[in-house]
Amino acid sequence: MSAAPEWKNPVVRWIDHRLPVFTFTHHSLIDYPTPRNLNYWWNFGSLAGVVLVILIATGLFLAMHYNPNVDYAFDSVERIMRDVNYGWLMRYMHANGASMFFLVVYIHMFRALYYGSYRAPREVLWFIGLFIFLAMMATAFVGYTLPWGQMSFWGATVITNLFSVVPFFGDAIVQWLLGGFAVDNPTLNRFFAFHFLLPFVIFGLVFLHLWALHVHKSNNPLGVDIKTDGDTIPFHPYYTAKDAFGLGVFLIFYFAFAFFAPNYLGHPDNYIPANPLVTPPEIVPEWYFLPFYAILRAVPDNFIDIWGILPILVTAKTAGVILMFASIIVLFFLPWLDRSPVRSARFRPIYKQLYWLFLADCIVLGWVGANPPEGTMLVIGRIATLYYFVHLLVFMPLLSRYEKTRPLPDSISAAVTPQGSSQSAQAQGA
Amino acid sequence: MADTSTTTAEGHEHEEDRRDFLLTSTIVVGAAGVALTAWPFIDFMNPSADVLALASLEFDISTMEPGQAITVTWRNKPIFIRRRTAAEIDEAKKVPLSDLKDPQADADRVKEGKDEWLVMIGICTHLGCIPAGQKVTDSKGEFGGWFCPCHGSHYDTSGRIRKGPAPRNLEIPPYAFTNDTTVRIG
Ligand code: HEM
Ligand code: FES
Repeated sequence: MSAAPEWKNPVVRWIDHRLPVFTFTHHSLIDYPTPRNLNYWWNFGSLAGVVLVILIATGLFLAMHYNPNVDYAFDSVERIMRDVNYGWLMRYMHANGASMFFLVVYIHMFRALYYGSYRAPREVLWFIGLFIFLAMMATAFVGYTLPWGQMSFWGATVITNLFSVVPFFGDAIVQWLLGGFAVDNPTLNRFFAFHFLLPFVIFGLVFLHLWALHVHKSNNPLGVDIKTDGDTIPFHPYYTAKDAFGLGVFLIFYFAFAFFAPNYLGHPDNYIPANPLVTPPEIVPEWYFLPFYAILRAVPDNFIDIWGILPILVTAKTAGVILMFASIIVLFFLPWLDRSPVRSARFRPIYKQLYWLFLADCIVLGWVGANPPEGTMLVIGRIATLYYFVHLLVFMPLLSRYEKTRPLPDSISAAVTPQGSSQSAQAQGA
Repeated sequence: MADTSTTTAEGHEHEEDRRDFLLTSTIVVGAAGVALTAWPFIDFMNPSADVLALASLEFDISTMEPGQAITVTWRNKPIFIRRRTAAEIDEAKKVPLSDLKDPQADADRVKEGKDEWLVMIGICTHLGCIPAGQKVTDSKGEFGGWFCPCHGSHYDTSGRIRKGPAPRNLEIPPYAFTNDTTVRIG
């Protein structure tokens, strides 16, 4: 890798000598050594970054015309849609942007699962990613309350009431969260305040995420460590160009929704103004929360009978809430649940199959979450919930022990260039 | 990924030309995209359709006495309506245009045959204060019209700037007399 560049512009040199922002940027975006074999699944991190910026930009502008008051919130959003110049575009970019953000981040996370990117030495990177995910969920939840439609109102009611399961203090906590006895103006005001703040918290977390990434560099489809310079290529122009191309494709997909099916991912009931006296027949969260919603509702009412011993503390409602939070918390333990000597699923024949089953399981959970928890749906939901935890808590540790992995290549360059690494190592060192 | 290590000297030069072209065209297209994207954001901050919708205002002037002035609001701005006395009209008419900073005849500031009625946007053309002169007790400035207390602009009985920092005469809004007793602003 080249050393710190010689800055020609005297102003740049003057500043860089005092605060090396230019050298820092150069090292992290230009000559940053990146595995030469990254595929398009590695595109989704930068996509998430772009969507975050789009959400912050459109959100900031929406906030200029949005009115966080129960009497005006709904109307102010409709006014944005009808009267404000390009208001429809701003709002559809924002609402669909939130969906795209989750889609991109889910793909990004499943990429990490497939290639074992959460494994040592990238555990902290993985943790920060999970914190970003949690912060995103909080942001999207409070954001969805803002348009003050029926789903906004009742979604906020249902989710804040989850906290009523906390022993002894439950009701007090809910009242504290709401600033009253029901979702009302104080709730809307504080949700707006948090909705404004949290994206910037996410932004800070992204910075830490990248910092951690740049310490041990990107993982790669082979899951083997970078060993020589020949294993890497500079980030610019190779990955800037590749990421830019991927961004173009992604933007076409995103704007196909924003322009042609802007309400496809939303619920029509949210165009009915909030009414604290009428609950819609079915409350469904946005699609990106559906798998968790399915887990929340999966717990049988006769849970207490089955378990006999836990009846006092754990009612069905409480257990559902605990399971839902647990479904994310287990992910923090993944680096230790999976102890296989090999990271990438490419060399793990059994894990590879279980991986796709797990992905299918999450999709099934999402599908169940979209339907009323009755009859077959409930049974499927329970099995899928059980499988979710069995995969992570039982299969992962067992596989690490018993799976016969395939032999790993000596190095990245040995695997991608037929003659081995020596030639390209020279070229790169030049 | 192209194999960068094995280009010949000859091929290399051609590569550079094509790359330069691709790079430049990418940057140009990208810059155009950024500019096109910026527009909705900029325009978003402009007055929206509901604000622009010309709210027009009808006002009944039949009860106004000569010498009386009334302020009404149109598009969130104060509108000065004054029924001028004969003396005030005379004074406004006899000022030579060469004495004026923003030369305009009194006849051009009122509707034909309605010399009595002066209808203006009551906002000082200097920095936007509202000049005094509507109330009987107000100071009307050295020219008997209006006086802006913010930085001392004096307007005459035709609302023209005569002295002080304001550059232009008080603005005339679009208005019409729908009949003898009603004025419609906007
Ligand atoms: C992590 C980034 C963000 C996410 C995931 C997000 C998510 C959401 C969601 C799901 C909605 C409801 C969409 C609807 O159906 O209308 C929403 C609305 C809103 N958001 Fe955000 N948002 C983000 C960033 C921001 C930022 C930074 C701001 C302001 C600075 C903002 C301001 C607003 C406003 C004013 C609304 C209400 C208007 C509307 O409903 O379209 N958002 N957001
Ligand atoms: S604003 Fe009226 S004189 Fe300055």
